[in-house]
Amino acid sequence: MSNALSGGLTRRHLLKLTSAAVASSLAAPAIAQARPIRLGYVTPRTGPLALFGEADEFALKVAGEAFANGFTINGTNHPVEIITKDTQSSVNRAAEVTSELILSDEVDMVLVSSAPETVNPVADQCELNGVPCVSTVAPWQAVTFPRGSNPQDGFESTFHFFWGLEDIIRTFADMYDAVENNGRVGGLFPNDEDGRAWADEINGSPALFAKRGYKVVPSGFYRNLTDDFSTVISIFEDQECQLLTGAPIPPDFTTFWTQARQRGYRPKVATIAKAILFPAAVEALGDTGHNLSSEIWWSPSHPYASSLTGQSASDLAADYESSTGRQWTQPIGFAHALFEVATAAFSAAGGTGDPSAVISALRGLRAETVVGPVDWANSPIANVAKTPLVGGQWRLSDVGPHAYDLVITTNNAHPEIAAAAEFELL
Amino acid sequence: MSTLADILVQGVLLGGLYTISALGLSLVFGVMRLVNLSHGDLMIAAVYLALAFSFGSPEVNAVLLILVAVAFAPIGYALQRLLLNQVLDPDPLRPLLVTFGLSIVLQNLFLLSFSADTQRLRIDALTEAVVSSGAVSFGALDALILVTAIGLAFGLQTIFFHTKLGRRLRAASDDSSTLGLMGLNWRHVFGLASAIAFVVIAIAGLLLALRSNVDPFSGPSRLLVAFEAVIIGGLGSFWGTLLGAMLIGIAQVVAGTIDPGWQSLGGHLVFLVILALRPQGLMPRVAQ
Repeated sequence: MSNALSGGLTRRHLLKLTSAAVASSLAAPAIAQARPIRLGYVTPRTGPLALFGEADEFALKVAGEAFANGFTINGTNHPVEIITKDTQSSVNRAAEVTSELILSDEVDMVLVSSAPETVNPVADQCELNGVPCVSTVAPWQAVTFPRGSNPQDGFESTFHFFWGLEDIIRTFADMYDAVENNGRVGGLFPNDEDGRAWADEINGSPALFAKRGYKVVPSGFYRNLTDDFSTVISIFEDQECQLLTGAPIPPDFTTFWTQARQRGYRPKVATIAKAILFPAAVEALGDTGHNLSSEIWWSPSHPYASSLTGQSASDLAADYESSTGRQWTQPIGFAHALFEVATAAFSAAGGTGDPSAVISALRGLRAETVVGPVDWANSPIANVAKTPLVGGQWRLSDVGPHAYDLVITTNNAHPEIAAAAEFELL
Repeated sequence: MSTLADILVQGVLLGGLYTISALGLSLVFGVMRLVNLSHGDLMIAAVYLALAFSFGSPEVNAVLLILVAVAFAPIGYALQRLLLNQVLDPDPLRPLLVTFGLSIVLQNLFLLSFSADTQRLRIDALTEAVVSSGAVSFGALDALILVTAIGLAFGLQTIFFHTKLGRRLRAASDDSSTLGLMGLNWRHVFGLASAIAFVVIAIAGLLLALRSNVDPFSGPSRLLVAFEAVIIGGLGSFWGTLLGAMLIGIAQVVAGTIDPGWQSLGGHLVFLVILALRPQGLMPRVAQ
């Protein structure tokens, strides 16, 4: 199979590989060899979103090994071809490679992950062409609403699994509840899709926090890659924000946090989405990253196992660490889960070749994956399956091997995912 | 509320930051007339070179950073002689395309060799020190950046307007064939100028990476403000670049005090107003 396709592959090279793979699988003495299942896998491997794509190579390797002997549906063995495409972190490029996948590669399903900027253009292309599409790693509001739909109507052929703003705000409010504070939350809202969704007065964080008794003081829509946050810090100081939240990008949070400390602004709790998802971004803060809080969508201590390889979440993370020499990150679980969902959908559909069978299989699917149950059948939101979300803090590690460990502290919404420590003030 | 003193201090410090990222461009674009779109990526290249020298550890020291900046001089000379001199042309499109290509090559080279991780250089004694007096407090690093920026502007102005090398360089950029008749090799002169520019670019990149994270794709974001500072300052004048960067920095902080969403707009407005009133820039030193 054309597994573990690393970045920088040309189309020609890729075609060569895939045809070689097809040839070799034809040569094998297959019993009931059927047409291959073609999966398109679209992620940002280069460009500003490349951090999210770092788990891809590993995910493709694991999936490639799991599919090495093809995949048997109703006694028929289907070889599996995975065709990877890099969006270069560009919306236009994402749409372009997807139409290539659909029109020239004729894929049976498109898998896509990482940020609304990747998911939305890809899912739109699939919806237009009636091709089944499974997407992940973007809050569902940022996928459903900008694509012109709503939780009742949903979509025709595109399905999403992840959590929503209501889940992350709930987790952050649970953290605030655990400590004494004045109920005023400074909100760092950049002028991008995430920032606007977060700052939205009706569907965003101000309304959701208000329900829990917290008042959000917005920063104003600052531009990404700002060099000076003194004006924002003044606002938070004047409004006495003892709590801090928002969805900045990593370099901006480093600039903000360093300047805030220089100017003497010290919130009691900082619950930051997006900017501190990855250990490298926390390490960039030196020792000042200790006890910063973040959302946790997947971790090695999640009590789930892969339906493809049987590995538990901790086995999968350990496998990643030993094969790449790098600390685990949250997208690993979700990149793997995409292949689990695809497998479950083709099994339920009873074969390939008929997109409408696959689409109705997805609509009625409940799959147990390494990120938890993915359940579109019983979801109140059309075409969206919510996965469990908990919260935690980055703690300086005394024992290593990594500088910081992400520790689950807040699991009120999902007690089945064990908390490892008490929540602490900064 | 921020006090007026605080706004001014933050504006000037931000201006220092913009000056340091614009000075290299001021030399290459303002004096040598080469539109270098890979300016930001070259700054990031210095950061990755420092990380390579420190074997990937973000904890660095001043000696290492100085070594990297010095190492950038021969790199600049070589790149100018081997690549950029070949594409110098009255038509600005050729160097534009070549440096755009260089920018993409560099970004992907960084991605391949250092991964997409966000990285930062650290000298904890410097990055965490705070200068504070009364209502105003700021980071020692920001003060260092400002002082370095002023020092570099002074140094470059001296080299290019009061030394033999500077005279030759200005002559080369005005009329390279006549310079040849005087027995001078303009290719070598441009190489030397580029070597100086690269040292300045490296210093800027290293200081910026001490301040905040960089990743393989963060170079181009530095370009816009740098070009604005060079243009409103007036081509060919380093004091002009300093003045332009200061105006943009102060305008940004003033606008940001009204609403942080207007911060970058404030800088662009100042740029537009000056461009409309004085298209040749504030202190032009090069004949139009």
